Amino acid sequence: MVRVAHVHLSACTGCLISLADSYEKLPEILEAIDLVYSITLADEKTVVTETDEKISIERVYPDNVDIALVEGSVCIDDEHSMALLKEVREKSNIVVAFGSCAATGGINSFSRGGQDPQPTHTAFLPIGKVIKVDFALPGCAPAIEGILNFIFAALEGDTDYMLPYAVFAEEFMDTNGLDLARRVISQSLCMGCGTCAAACQTRAIKMYDGKPNFDMDLCINCGICTFQCPRISVSSTVFNIE
Amino acid sequence: MSKSLGNYMEIITARATDADVRSRSQDGGIVSAAFIYGIENGILDGSIVASAPDKHNPSPVVAITKEDILKARGTKYSISPNVALLKSAVREHGLEKVGFVGTPCQLVALRKAIKYPLGFRHVGDKVGLIIGIFCMENFNYQSMKILIEEYANVSMDDVLKTDIGKGKLWVYKKDGSEPITVPLKETHIFEQKSCHVCTDYTSELADFSTGSVGSPDGWSTVIIRTKRGKEFIDKMIADGKLETQPADLEGKGGIPLLEKLSNGKKEKSLDTIRIREENGLPVPKLL
Repeated sequence: MVRVAHVHLSACTGCLISLADSYEKLPEILEAIDLVYSITLADEKTVVTETDEKISIERVYPDNVDIALVEGSVCIDDEHSMALLKEVREKSNIVVAFGSCAATGGINSFSRGGQDPQPTHTAFLPIGKVIKVDFALPGCAPAIEGILNFIFAALEGDTDYMLPYAVFAEEFMDTNGLDLARRVISQSLCMGCGTCAAACQTRAIKMYDGKPNFDMDLCINCGICTFQCPRISVSSTVFNIE
Repeated sequence: MSKSLGNYMEIITARATDADVRSRSQDGGIVSAAFIYGIENGILDGSIVASAPDKHNPSPVVAITKEDILKARGTKYSISPNVALLKSAVREHGLEKVGFVGTPCQLVALRKAIKYPLGFRHVGDKVGLIIGIFCMENFNYQSMKILIEEYANVSMDDVLKTDIGKGKLWVYKKDGSEPITVPLKETHIFEQKSCHVCTDYTSELADFSTGSVGSPDGWSTVIIRTKRGKEFIDKMIADGKLETQPADLEGKGGIPLLEKLSNGKKEKSLDTIRIREENGLPVPKLL
């Protein structure tokens, strides 16, 4: 069975909640996979080491993981997060940036340190800045239908369907509303469909005279507008309709 | 199946039987009749349509009654970002079966949103019918205003309806006088540039697509593409909401004309895409 891990870095757990929001589909997913690591959904496996001085209990990230869903940005000022992320990369076949914090940094990209309980933790980056990421699922949180489509495509090995997620991981780590405007409106490619405005999760995008207007004070750098924009890219699978 | 018109099951020529619908509709009133039929028969809870009280600066609205649909009759040649209202139709308006009408590019966006719904939670399965319109290009509001006021010499307030056909832009006035025409060779420079990278003229991703080209005046060509589209049209015909005639598959003004225009748009746009690439400019990526 496909061995799946859910790894939690700096994020709100909303992406995992979105996955659990699948109601009757959740048992189906859990039956189709072997959830080998998920500190929120499954019992953690720990190793207890006892010496004369202390007893330490450590979480163990398992070997030979097929798919690692990494939720959250990585704090480069925190050695534990950095070590875990690198271990995840080494021990996992496929690493997925699960949700915007992992994919683009999301709201964490506004972090500037100086806050309790770790005032020295300043920089929280998309995980692709530290390790190679195979697929990215932006969204704050990504909608459950999108997560399910991705997971089942991964289980079936449908690489055609998965390609846009690979491209997003590769090319769009720094995207946000302003980036979309530069790539599409400022390249004479925007035809005013309004998809970005509908997809925007903070209603930062309003349509005026057939073009989107971005309120960058509301933009949380989640990148979902760029992901959904048909003038950035369209998968060939979109053209198969029944 | 045809390369120039996309995949389809059947092409017919049709028009609405309801006189209310047909008056003020662009051609055969297919879109209005279909949405009214959907709403009145419980197949749709409502529809996202382009509404333009002044006919030229349209914006999407959620129509849930026959009156709402009738208010939105007729083609608008300026952009109405219909996808923008999709989530709101499901959330704020609580629709569970949404009818959608859009241009070919909007249907690509919609089908993408349904297939890759990361930003569209609980929306995709609530789209009940997708109607596409034939679309060569779009004009933004300011372009349309210049064409109507300066080229056709008609005040925006006096416009009843605009139409594009037979090589001309037609401006019909409210006073019922003879329509003013502007040759399309003069309107080309006002086309929205982003339309020139689009290779779809006949809304190839619709459940069914419709437009005037290929059918006689007052009638519309309907290209039925999906099982859902076919069932819908068949029911409308069976209930007497549409009258039909076989599509003209041979004549010069029939389906061959539609194919010619469609191929023309494809060739022209592929050319524009190639030129953009030569100039190092981005183009929409097909993955």
